[in-house]
Amino acid sequence: MNPDLAFLVEVLVGGLLSGVMYALVAIGFVLIYKTSGVLNFAQGAMLLFAALTFVSLTERGVPFAGAFAATLGVMALLGLAIERAVLRPLVNQPPITLFMATLGVAYVIEGAAQLAWGTQVHGLDLGIDDTPIDIAGILVSRFDLFAAAVAGLMVAVLSLFFRYTRTGLAFRAVADDPLAALNTGLRLPRIWAAVWIASGIVALVAGLLWGARLGVQFSLSLVVLKALPVLVLGGFDSILGAIVAGLIVGAVEKLSEVYLGPVIGSGIEGWIAYVAALGFLLLKPSGLFGLRSVERV
Amino acid sequence: MATTSAPLAKAPPRPSARGIGVALLLVIAYGIVPLIGTSYLYEAILTPFLALSLAALGLNLLTGYAGQLSLGSSAFMAVGAYAAFNLSLRLPFLPLPVTIVLAGLVAAFAGLVAGLPALRLRGFYLAVSTLAVQFFVAWLLNRVGWLSNDSPSGIISAPPLVVAGLSFEDARGRYLFSLTVVALLTVLAWRLVTSPTGRNFVAVRDNETAARVIGVKVARTKLLAFALSSFVVGVAGVLWAFAYLRTVEPAGFNLDRSFQILFIVIIGGLGTLRGAFLGAGLIVVLPLLLSRFGAAVLGDGFDSGTLEMCQRIALGILIVAFLIREPAGLSALLDRAARRLRRRS
Amino acid sequence: MNVAVRPHLVDGTRSVRLPSSRQGSRSGIVAEGAPFLAVEGVSLGFGGTVALDSVDLSVGEGEIHAVIGPNGAGKSSLINAISGLYAPDSGTIRIGDDRFSRVPTRRLARLGVARTFQNLALFKGLTVLDTVTAGLVDRQSAGLAAQILGLPHARREAREHQERAEAVIALLDLAAYRDRLAGTLPYGVQKRVELARALVARPRLLLLDEPMAGMTATEKQRMSGDIRAARDSTGATIVLIEHDVGVVMSLSDRVTVLDHGRRIASGTPAEIQADPAVIAAYLGLAFDETVA
Repeated sequence: MNPDLAFLVEVLVGGLLSGVMYALVAIGFVLIYKTSGVLNFAQGAMLLFAALTFVSLTERGVPFAGAFAATLGVMALLGLAIERAVLRPLVNQPPITLFMATLGVAYVIEGAAQLAWGTQVHGLDLGIDDTPIDIAGILVSRFDLFAAAVAGLMVAVLSLFFRYTRTGLAFRAVADDPLAALNTGLRLPRIWAAVWIASGIVALVAGLLWGARLGVQFSLSLVVLKALPVLVLGGFDSILGAIVAGLIVGAVEKLSEVYLGPVIGSGIEGWIAYVAALGFLLLKPSGLFGLRSVERV
Repeated sequence: MATTSAPLAKAPPRPSARGIGVALLLVIAYGIVPLIGTSYLYEAILTPFLALSLAALGLNLLTGYAGQLSLGSSAFMAVGAYAAFNLSLRLPFLPLPVTIVLAGLVAAFAGLVAGLPALRLRGFYLAVSTLAVQFFVAWLLNRVGWLSNDSPSGIISAPPLVVAGLSFEDARGRYLFSLTVVALLTVLAWRLVTSPTGRNFVAVRDNETAARVIGVKVARTKLLAFALSSFVVGVAGVLWAFAYLRTVEPAGFNLDRSFQILFIVIIGGLGTLRGAFLGAGLIVVLPLLLSRFGAAVLGDGFDSGTLEMCQRIALGILIVAFLIREPAGLSALLDRAARRLRRRS
Repeated sequence: MNVAVRPHLVDGTRSVRLPSSRQGSRSGIVAEGAPFLAVEGVSLGFGGTVALDSVDLSVGEGEIHAVIGPNGAGKSSLINAISGLYAPDSGTIRIGDDRFSRVPTRRLARLGVARTFQNLALFKGLTVLDTVTAGLVDRQSAGLAAQILGLPHARREAREHQERAEAVIALLDLAAYRDRLAGTLPYGVQKRVELARALVARPRLLLLDEPMAGMTATEKQRMSGDIRAARDSTGATIVLIEHDVGVVMSLSDRVTVLDHGRRIASGTPAEIQADPAVIAAYLGLAFDETVA
């Protein structure tokens, strides 16, 4: 293969794989947004909290499975607590108010996580070899492949859950039409609770993968900022959109970093995804998979 | 923000009472504080309070009055600060007030550009686009050395604060300088929100379709809100850099600062001018109270790291509590307290 | 979704009685002037559903024209098309001398068109006085600097606009609520505030989307009076949507009936009540059951 082309493909594949990681975070947002219309800014803090809890437990000698189970329980409780204490009292408030409340929640969780477990950086080893493997002349990170596989698995599990379980079907009904769902006797609070628990679990998975990649520390909660352009591009309410947009954002980021960076300066990955997502949105206001919405007056 | 009802231009129940209150505050701020204040009071409390109040006032014009959520306020503070730095560096003959106004105009222009997506995007999408501005400005200030006169990591230092031969260099001088700038801009902001233009802001916030139907130029109104808000926030950035810190780097104007300003507005009261001051007061005093309290309870175990975390938690709880219990903020609490007092008397 | 609309019980006699005294005089005026508003062959669809199917509507100057029809008949869509909030797929709309395929909403006020909304569209954070004054926004000429600095012409303009608003507030008997926030008022009062905001600019065409929805019989009566007074004092052309057939028959000069997005009849109240198609479609049943 032409070395330039091989390099391009390598960059592209790397970007797509890191895009999977973005999608993983974005899915946590989508779950909650779809059912309750909340853009949960605390998703990043939850991710940090999960990773910190897990690492701190393993550092204290708790075996992997035990730490995972315990953290799973903690995250479920955390999700439930947020839903009960913050969002239920704010039901029927405008979305922006709910968003600002989750900003407050993010602050509380970030502070509490670091107060409880300390502010130092923890290494997190998931036991995955990160030596690149050679696929048809292209070097691919083994860890990235693993992360992509986990993300794919999670999406599959979520899809099965929504397709075949009672709660999953109820979730879809609520997402389609909350009022109608309420009228047919579905209990919204129960579904909200379920969804917050689910997003806690998604945060745990994403937190472990991101933690293994970046080290477990405060900046982990900032991956939320990586997920936002993905959400803008894919729509706040589409899991499929989150995945596709995650891939696009990952690819755009890596490609522009490698090919555009030398021209206009390094560090553009901080904003290039935003500009790309917003640019796309300005051209196509309904987003990737959005439907034309009709304003009711 | 649809539920936040801002009593805009509402005839105050006793206008004279409000006038007396403002006059009293000015007398205290100009007449009494400079006589009894310590440099700690000026430097650690009053000057940052004034700069943050002004930033929150600016954001409130945009978010509280015009209903456009911005998460990038500190980027406009940075634009104001770096513009003023460059103007004073490269055009040293300009009097300081002119420099500040020009820096505000640069920030206003940046706000205008940042506001362009508001013509197509709403709600979360717009909020995310203001984040883009936040990150872009931080990147630009770090990348382009010229903007910080090629200093390492973009650090800039303030020029001397001299207006018409009068020096405002010492702690008290910088306080009085900030106070004057904030007082002037507050009067202008008050004139704005009680003007027909301010009414259009609220109309666009409360019902954009109805506003358009009655003939409000919605696009123009939004851009105007972005520009005017950014002007005020930019001048606040100048105060932050020139009067408060004296030496700043781009990292000082980060996302946390933007959230801090947003929190001030929420806690103080969206869509009220005095809310900016009440909220800023609380935000500035909170860490001081926490550190006193923490040191008393925990003794030596209460280090700066712990303090920062406690502060974060307290701030988060405050935000959530206000949104649930008192969405109209401290300003509404104050109103209620005043009514109770009046009833008793 | 019209949760707020309560079926208004109309007693048989009142619903069929014609306002004979005014009917004759009004129809004379209507016949003279060319139609001020002409909707010609307007169609509008959302996704797969057809909201308007080649609808014609012709409203003479100074006429009060009611649009009736069951829920989902396309009444609100018609008003939204006339005010430019919806873009018709085909057809034209003529307002005065201007002809549009899509009415530019931002120029609505300039065209002399004002409207109210089915579900209140007030500015919750403004007082009644400010809300009504805001209805004159299109007449504002003082610039931002003049407003902030309080220059004489800006102050004079503000004073004049306030006076006009106060006059409308008095006309609609809203003086007691003048300084209250619009969002805090009872429903019926809010409906009147919205009418005041629309009236203050003295529109030549006034579109009222269910101005009496959810009102009590007494409130409806006074709203009818207000609408008629508005027409009589300003000569405005009025198109209104209303469910209460009794009110419609006594208030309007002409009536258009929509059903499933199509116009099935148009004429004087008497003609409408005698029209076989209308009776077949919906007047034949008890009014209060079909129209709610």
